[in-house]
Amino acid sequence: MSTASILDIQDLSVEIPTDSATLKAVRGISLDLKRGETLGIVGESGSGKSMIALAIMNLLPPSARRAAASINFDGSDLAHAGERELAMKVRGQRIGMIFQEPMTSLNPVYSIGRQLTETMTLHRKVSRAEAEKRAIYLLEKVGLPDPASRLKQYPHELSGGQRQRVMIAMALMNEPELLIADEPTTALDVTIQAQILYLLQDLQKELGMSMILITHDLGVVSRSADKIAVMYAGDIVETGTAEEVLRNPQHPYTQGLLECVPGYRGDAAHRLGSIPGIVPSMTGTIRGCAFASRCPRVVDACKTEVLPRKQLGPGRTYVCHDPDATRNQSTADLHSAANEVPVELPKTPGEKVLTVDGVSCTFSVRRGLFGKRRSLKALDNVSLDIRKGEVLALVGESGCGKTTLSRTIMGLQQPDAGSVSLGQHEISTLPAWQRARMIQPIFQDPYSSLNPRKTIGDIIGRPLVVNHIGTKPEQLAKVHKMMEHVGLPRRVFNSYPDQLSGGQRQRAAIGRALIMDPEIVICDEPTSALDVSVQAQILNLLLDLRDELDLTYLFVTHDLSVVQHMADRVAVMYLGEIVECGERRQVLTSPKHPYTRALLDSALSISPDLSVPAPGLSGEFPNPMNRPYGCPFHPRCPMAEQQCREEVPRPEIIDTTFVKCWKARTFSHQAKHH
Amino acid sequence: MLNYVLRRGFMALLVALTVSFGTFALFHFATDPAQTIAGEDAPQEMVDDIREQYGFDRPVLVQYGDWLGGVLQGDFGKSYFWKQQVVELIQEHAKVTIVLALSALMVTVVIALPLGISAALKPNSWVDRLALSTAVSAQAIPNFWLGLMLIILFAVTFPIFPVSGDATWKHYVLPSLVLGASSVPAVMRLTRTGLLDVLSSDYIRTARAKGFMGYQLILQQAMRNALLPIVSVLAVQLGHKLGGSVVTESVFSMNGLGRLAVESIFNSDIPTVQSLILIFVLTFVLLTLAADLINAWLDPRIRMG
Amino acid sequence: MMTTRQTLSDASIASVETPPGHDEAGLGLSPTMAALKRARKHHGLKIGFGILLVMAVFALFAPWLAPHDPYMQNLSLRMLPPVWTEGGSWEYLLGTDHLGRDYLSRLIHGARISMTIGLGAASIGAVIGVTLGLIAGYFGGWIDQAVNFLVTCQLAVPSLLLIMALVFVIGQSVTVVIFVIGATHWVFYLVVTRSATLRLRELDFVAAANAMGCSKFQIAVREVLPNLVNQIMVIFTLEVAVAILNEATLSFLGLGIPSPLPSWGLMIAEGKTAMFFQPWLVILPGIALFILVIAINLLGDGVRDVTVTNRRN
Repeated sequence: MSTASILDIQDLSVEIPTDSATLKAVRGISLDLKRGETLGIVGESGSGKSMIALAIMNLLPPSARRAAASINFDGSDLAHAGERELAMKVRGQRIGMIFQEPMTSLNPVYSIGRQLTETMTLHRKVSRAEAEKRAIYLLEKVGLPDPASRLKQYPHELSGGQRQRVMIAMALMNEPELLIADEPTTALDVTIQAQILYLLQDLQKELGMSMILITHDLGVVSRSADKIAVMYAGDIVETGTAEEVLRNPQHPYTQGLLECVPGYRGDAAHRLGSIPGIVPSMTGTIRGCAFASRCPRVVDACKTEVLPRKQLGPGRTYVCHDPDATRNQSTADLHSAANEVPVELPKTPGEKVLTVDGVSCTFSVRRGLFGKRRSLKALDNVSLDIRKGEVLALVGESGCGKTTLSRTIMGLQQPDAGSVSLGQHEISTLPAWQRARMIQPIFQDPYSSLNPRKTIGDIIGRPLVVNHIGTKPEQLAKVHKMMEHVGLPRRVFNSYPDQLSGGQRQRAAIGRALIMDPEIVICDEPTSALDVSVQAQILNLLLDLRDELDLTYLFVTHDLSVVQHMADRVAVMYLGEIVECGERRQVLTSPKHPYTRALLDSALSISPDLSVPAPGLSGEFPNPMNRPYGCPFHPRCPMAEQQCREEVPRPEIIDTTFVKCWKARTFSHQAKHH
Repeated sequence: MLNYVLRRGFMALLVALTVSFGTFALFHFATDPAQTIAGEDAPQEMVDDIREQYGFDRPVLVQYGDWLGGVLQGDFGKSYFWKQQVVELIQEHAKVTIVLALSALMVTVVIALPLGISAALKPNSWVDRLALSTAVSAQAIPNFWLGLMLIILFAVTFPIFPVSGDATWKHYVLPSLVLGASSVPAVMRLTRTGLLDVLSSDYIRTARAKGFMGYQLILQQAMRNALLPIVSVLAVQLGHKLGGSVVTESVFSMNGLGRLAVESIFNSDIPTVQSLILIFVLTFVLLTLAADLINAWLDPRIRMG
Repeated sequence: MMTTRQTLSDASIASVETPPGHDEAGLGLSPTMAALKRARKHHGLKIGFGILLVMAVFALFAPWLAPHDPYMQNLSLRMLPPVWTEGGSWEYLLGTDHLGRDYLSRLIHGARISMTIGLGAASIGAVIGVTLGLIAGYFGGWIDQAVNFLVTCQLAVPSLLLIMALVFVIGQSVTVVIFVIGATHWVFYLVVTRSATLRLRELDFVAAANAMGCSKFQIAVREVLPNLVNQIMVIFTLEVAVAILNEATLSFLGLGIPSPLPSWGLMIAEGKTAMFFQPWLVILPGIALFILVIAINLLGDGVRDVTVTNRRN
């Protein structure tokens, strides 16, 4: 690896004027990227990491102001280059870029072929045919089957993963020296994420590109990046190799962030670490350290004095006073008492509180007034039971039917066949109010789950009002008590959701779900819209509340590290079916179904010494409209045989685990001897 | 694609039939055509005779079917008031309205599109503010009053154009301006917001990251997307203008379909009103259908969806 | 990517002084307060509101503020010019019309008619449009398609002709004009309400309301409708302006407010015959209309600007 810099950013700032104040999104950062290296910029939302990506080629929104001493890209200064020079010589030619949203980043009215070839014909004197040849070559390279016919297709005919592959091919049309990938896999499912990351890693090696990978996901960055820069509040607080930063973090923020990741401390920790408070206002100048207000090691100097950037070695820096007085206080230690609580409470399996029995759900989908009706089988003969006091995780990729299942359990969706019963009662026979007192949901997106026109007090108390539970003063008292339970300050009682942070909103949503003392809480991806530090707070809260209030959770998620941390039992869904279900340890350590195995392989834990593994799964999640014949998983399954293509697998129990696969016995046997 | 065209065509037809039947029924129940034909002071027996003779005593659906059957064979009936075939009446008046509508649309396009586009390209600049104040004022000026003001100014004070009538091209200048101005705010605003939306979209950022800039970015990347809503709004506006520019034709005393419609209403001339409304609605639905087809051609999502 | 909005919402509630261990200190402004704060900086809104306030006072207290009886004819004082032209008098500030009625008094009383009709018609349209839009958007399916068909029909009819025909058939009066204009101007409300409802009903707070046992009606009225208020308010102001212009046009064509009521449109029509000699008879009511409508539009645009929050979704 050559040691020459390909990109050297000095003192870059980005400001965005708004109505009321100027937002200082990036505050004078410096970065250095060596040729052939991958630099991971990691940070939570609002840290300014994407602004850096856009600022390099000056693709910021028109209102933003960029200032930099220099952005030296292989000898030319991009900070002082004009728009024309950037467009003609750099963008799309020497630096390629991939964005987060594959669904909206391609122009919907032009064909894939045109969008690919124009990237080349714009910059070079090549014929259309030559450009098309290159496009076909690259589409093949990024793993799109039948590339020649793809050229005539339009973006809406491709799935998200396929579009992201097209985006990558587009960025590579002119063999750029540097590729900037801004959250390239955030919008994608885990198995697709693994495929795309592997592809990027592969291409980079082959083409000798340098890469900047921007992400919020510490697992992703640990596998893909050589160097890491950690951002907080518009500043880079720590840099170093992936190994150094993740194994031996120096900045309290990096330390705290890592403690928040489920599974980072291994299986042992009952509670996650968490970073209290929220990011400071980005509008003013921050005196002293921006992290001081949330730092467990804060001393007086942190709040006033300008910080020194400490250099530990070449490329290994961090910005912290590093006060000796508080050397031994870390975020994890603050909660050390909590960690001494017996990790696994000895649990006797409780009675069944909810039983799902052979539930099927088919939607009839029709396009327009005269379109053809097509049926979509969202749930196919799903059986499941939830026991008192347990956390049952429901895992699967988008479109697998987990949302339909949770809606059916809540009684919001009528199944075509089968039944859902709560204790002794079939749920469809229960009146709405009774159902509501037994099952309550918590949703994924706290921005859409709270009515923006109601105050927090109203929102939390609403279930009581709707169902006429208690008198007004009783309701009020209950709301206040619940707010205390979920950790909301009294003052927000009269606030509107817009005035709260994401974490607080989710706390309010939890409060609303719990105010009627439900038996079962259905958590539908309750943390996947949140930053990792906030996720940790919410996961801790959910576990605490379960113990305090004796709750039962159905925890719907796609994130296996969360499953690992939260669940007692796991059910894995694929195309409307439960393909595996069993004790957490069983399922996660010795999976019986090839799909579970593939999910586990795709989950990227923080391991800087590992790279992105070759994806175990080929192909994409199929369209539920055309379910494959036989075992629905067979087109993607590495073990599929004739029988899998023809017959639907019979469910069986192996080592107390429910599994639906013809090859389950051979597969789990193989895996054991692996 | 063919499926799409057929579907849209069927909808258009259904709308035209519903509306024309609605108006037919309205007049059927609210006025007495026999009385109209006979005259205000006619004796009751004569009115009854006419009612029977014309078949006005039959159920409304039968009468409508009867009339529609005639229409399909090119017979729109005979005007009670002008005592003339409605087809002839329409032929006599259509030319004025068509010329006026098309020239007014030109005025709209020439003013609104450049203004809207330059406003979108430079938001919050002086062009943007000019465009916005143009829209706000044009929205607030009563159309007929603008016509009168233009007459006072350009026909009386500075006699450049004739006061009224429809004989020469000069007669069309002021009316076209008035009628065209009425659509400027809507078209201008839509062009501006549509283009602004496109320009702030993710795919335009992608195009910039690929190296597109300036007019290439606008023409090769943004224009096609931005055109979609403009095509629709222009079709609607042209449809409204062809659907009887009642006010403009009245102010400038032009013998177009709009004025014919107003006079027919004043004289309870049901066959004429009836036929005009059917023609207006048909024109409108066909125009919007054409716009949909143009948009389907521009946008593969519509074409294939 | 990091959106400005996220940063803003995080930033607006943040405070450097937040003590560790607590989630946050210091809240942002409530939506209403934030809108009011923005309104104070919005020039168009302030101007529009100011003009409207003055005109509303005149309309409300017309009998006391008008110098003369607007219906009193005085044939010996016909077509007096305004005070600033030759032959004008201070007694009749804006001159008199062809029947010798005081023009200023008629203009002041005319504001009453315009505003009554504007508010009345826009309210009727709002009731029809919002109800249909909520129903169509919330229930979807064939109901939605039926409502959509109705919209297509309404849009396809030349609306002025339809209004004229209706007024002609029913008879000319202020009430009829209000109802007819209102009954033909609900599409805008409907389209906006419907699409907003379609969007809102997919949001999780509606699912949460469902799960807590709210009825469909409760959800539509208590959860969805409050989120539409801002948009409906904006459309309402714009529709008031449209209705006022429509009434003026109708009256100008002779199918609106019956004589001798002082409608501005009617005044222009009456002045038209003499407009080559006494142009102010046409100019003055036109200017009154223009100022009223522009003030309403400025207010409407302003309300839209200050209430639109760049919220997610």
